[in-house]
Amino acid sequence: MDRTIRVLVAKPGLDGHDRGAKVIARALRDAGMEVIYTGLQQTPQMIVEAALQEDVDVIGLSILSGAHMTLLPKISRLLHDQQMDDVLVVAGGIISDDDATTLKGEYGIAAVFGPGSNTNDIVGFIRANAGIARDS
Amino acid sequence: MHIPDLLPRLLGGDRRALARAISLAEQGGPASRALLASAYPHTGQAHVVGITGPPGAGKSTLVNALALEWRRRGRTVGIVAVDPTSPFSGGAVLGDRIRMQPLGGDSGVFIRSMASRGRLGGLSRATADAVALIDAAGFHVVIIETVGAGQGEVDIARAAQTTIVVEVPGMGDDVQSIKAGVLEIADLFVVNKADREGADKTVRQLRSMQRLGAPPADGWEPPVLPAVATSGQGIAEIVESAGQHVAHLRAGGGADARARATAEGELRAAVQELAIEQLHGPAWDALVAQIAARQNNPYSAAEELWRNLPL
Repeated sequence: MDRTIRVLVAKPGLDGHDRGAKVIARALRDAGMEVIYTGLQQTPQMIVEAALQEDVDVIGLSILSGAHMTLLPKISRLLHDQQMDDVLVVAGGIISDDDATTLKGEYGIAAVFGPGSNTNDIVGFIRANAGIARDS
Repeated sequence: MHIPDLLPRLLGGDRRALARAISLAEQGGPASRALLASAYPHTGQAHVVGITGPPGAGKSTLVNALALEWRRRGRTVGIVAVDPTSPFSGGAVLGDRIRMQPLGGDSGVFIRSMASRGRLGGLSRATADAVALIDAAGFHVVIIETVGAGQGEVDIARAAQTTIVVEVPGMGDDVQSIKAGVLEIADLFVVNKADREGADKTVRQLRSMQRLGAPPADGWEPPVLPAVATSGQGIAEIVESAGQHVAHLRAGGGADARARATAEGELRAAVQELAIEQLHGPAWDALVAQIAARQNNPYSAAEELWRNLPL
């Protein structure tokens, strides 16, 4: 039996805009995934602890505040500390191409989806990449 | 993480092992059964509290407030929050954690969100298994939160020692409360949002509804407690009352009967899962096609499958 893909959708940091996160949550649900939505203003610690308890395959981080180069590497580091490197991490929001390249190259963020991204592409990427590294 | 390592790590309080074990239990199958069988001797220690009520009654906020109160009293708390699965896509948005943010960062709390449908053996089995694993991991109190909407939820209530039914003012007349079977499953009534107009009336109506029936056979008269979960008002009283209820059960007020009912439910769910797992296959699919085409019926098909069960 296929495992249902579980995704944590989180808003790290001081950022009150969650329309994008809700659109993504809805799209992933409609694609048959289980989406755990944490709400606003999550610290990296809260996000990683929630991902651990919920045993998710994917973390989707929505960030529009500009603090992505601080918060996203911190989340990656905490995941590594918890030996949760098998969790796929994707980000969305206002992130420049240079920052996206650095986040992907150095901090283990698998993909960055900017404004105007097609939800079908996001669903497709998650389907293709979620749970690959998972051992049980 | 290897499956044989899960149980010792879980018993040692490893939160990631507990999380993985719950995922395995949700999937079902032989590995899940082996894990649950070996975890079973370590269960039965926790106070299992079910919380149910209509959508928007403030269940998640109440769970958050109750968990904080239990934590103040030095108890560790596990929470299983169940939300509905979309019948169309099979997906779900599980949003109970939004109201439980104050519990984030406390290592004495473990929260797991579950979607309600599409699981082999149904909601009640997967939920009961998650509760058993959290119990085995040593949490003192395990709270199950569900939307009170149907039989599945009533089944979950049976897995709890103490069932709290949450009502709010202004949700229809007093006949609503005798319709859905909530009077029978409640050990405690909470009238949440008690700072709203009509709360006194809702409390009075629930009390008078209780008096319409015969006195409870187990000697426990469910109290009706007003509360405002957002401010913490009335929360200590609910925790006190839940403690008194479990003490009443253990002092001979029906703990054996509850344990028996729970055991019956557990066995029934395990047999169903095993039977469906054994019977699933090409013959199953062929019969489904026949029934859909009206060339067969579900009752004869079930008997045919059962006769050919590989034992």
